Amino acid sequence: MDIFIQIIYFSAAVLFIMGLKKMSSPVTATGGIVWAGIGMVAASLVAFFEPGVFDHMGNLVLIIIAISVGSAIAYITAKRVQMTDMPQMIAIYNGMGGGAAAAIAAVELVKMSTGHGADGAHEMTGTAQVLAVVGALIGAVSFSGSAIAFAKLQGIMKKTIRLPMHMVINLSLFVLTLIAGVIIGFSDDVSFQLVLLFFVMALAFGVLFTTPIGGADMPVVISLFNAFTGLAVAFEGFVLENAAMIIAGTVVGSAGTLLTQLMAKAMNRPIGNILFASFGSDGGAAAEEEIEGSMKEIQGTDAAIMMAYAEKVIIVPGYGMAVAQAQHKVAELTQLLEKRGVTVKFAIHPVAGRMPGHMNVLLAEAGIDYDKILDLDEINPEFPTADVALVIGANDVVNPVARTNPDSPIYGMPILDADKAKNCIVIKRGKGSGFSGIENHLFYADNSRMLYGDGAKAVGELVSGIKELE
Amino acid sequence: MIEIGGFTALYIFMLSAFTGYEVISRVPVILHTPMMSGSNFIHGIVLVGAIVVMGGAESPLEQVIGFIAVALAAGNAVGGYVATVRMLEMFNTKDKKG
Repeated sequence: MDIFIQIIYFSAAVLFIMGLKKMSSPVTATGGIVWAGIGMVAASLVAFFEPGVFDHMGNLVLIIIAISVGSAIAYITAKRVQMTDMPQMIAIYNGMGGGAAAAIAAVELVKMSTGHGADGAHEMTGTAQVLAVVGALIGAVSFSGSAIAFAKLQGIMKKTIRLPMHMVINLSLFVLTLIAGVIIGFSDDVSFQLVLLFFVMALAFGVLFTTPIGGADMPVVISLFNAFTGLAVAFEGFVLENAAMIIAGTVVGSAGTLLTQLMAKAMNRPIGNILFASFGSDGGAAAEEEIEGSMKEIQGTDAAIMMAYAEKVIIVPGYGMAVAQAQHKVAELTQLLEKRGVTVKFAIHPVAGRMPGHMNVLLAEAGIDYDKILDLDEINPEFPTADVALVIGANDVVNPVARTNPDSPIYGMPILDADKAKNCIVIKRGKGSGFSGIENHLFYADNSRMLYGDGAKAVGELVSGIKELE
Repeated sequence: MIEIGGFTALYIFMLSAFTGYEVISRVPVILHTPMMSGSNFIHGIVLVGAIVVMGGAESPLEQVIGFIAVALAAGNAVGGYVATVRMLEMFNTKDKKG
């Protein structure tokens, strides 16, 4: 039986890695997740045949109830959620995994503190005890941190809360948690109260760590927590001597770390900067500069005419498109323009929206071919040949200040050169600046026109404007 | 139960870390969100650990924490799977339209 269990775990690990590999290409991606899914089902089923699980009927029943409850809630929420809200759902599912890893460690530590450990199936070695604590810490931080990330993206928690001396409090809390962790990790006689205190502090640290980070930086944070959960799972895998958990957890840990780096790089901000300093505080006063020109408004019908008689239109979608759920209107606009012989392309900034690829997912949902969707390096040389660049709810990613003003906090960030198009139409809800609070010089440029309104409504005006021409 | 010694675990860590890094380094930007969701699903393997721990729970407190562990882990796995499939399905619209 034991060898059978191990063979299944081994196969699951192979399926996970091959599944991830297949997911890295659009053609084979759907197959990839199915492979990983098969691995998961098989591994979960054989877990019931691990020594000890079938010994307690009560526990077995509870396991089945817990799986049913957890799966049902997750299934319903994942099926119902709007595509635009996907990032926060990833955050919450990720947090659940971190919480599960922490809870596994908690059970093991409680067993030790109440003296049940000695006769159980898993008597922990010294190394395992330390790793259980490390995994518990990472998992708990990922759990409470992801919950905050979810609350922020969902709009439940709108303010960026900073306590006075936030950094000092955070650091002290972290050090205290570490001390408690070290005591638990190395002692032979673990006190139950200390374990409880350790978990409370770890969870609180996750909350305080995440609250000062702005909503726009959340993708990077979610990605980081994703890597955290992976590591926590790997450490608990070591405690339980389960190679499948170690492999899957570590693969996710390193993949998540790389993804976090890629995202931070695209935003041109060191990860430390995102995590430990809020955007507004590092350059606010220094970057003020006189702006020449004024914002010039345009009506939907005029903008529609401009686009209808263009040869080439590049659409730059941003977070505003996601919020307004405008992707279907955008697809309709694209079809109309193409029928008139206009070349339409999409320019996607790596950090447009809330996650890398978020815009692509939304555009794909609306049925736009991914051949038309180009990333920064591919599309930038094309802007000078475009008659119209249509910016929908994007701001900082098209701000030319990033190229021109070394004092600006976003200086050096790679941007889309929408300002180099012959004409630029900017759809924007109001006159405010982007999440960074930096004035956007593009909006004041001679070739720019502002089309004020909610993304979906404004694109709707363009669509009806073009229809009238026919 | 196969014994995994300290150094064997270290080797597994090292090789898995490189594997994860290599697999994701060639992913096009358009797949980053589905990929993040997919890797989020894969650490749902924590369900296996949760089942094992819950199965060995002895006191009511252990049972309560174990129950939470299993429910959360199942949520991670199922939610991660459904979210990933939904996202990836969108990339197929092109084929359907022909």
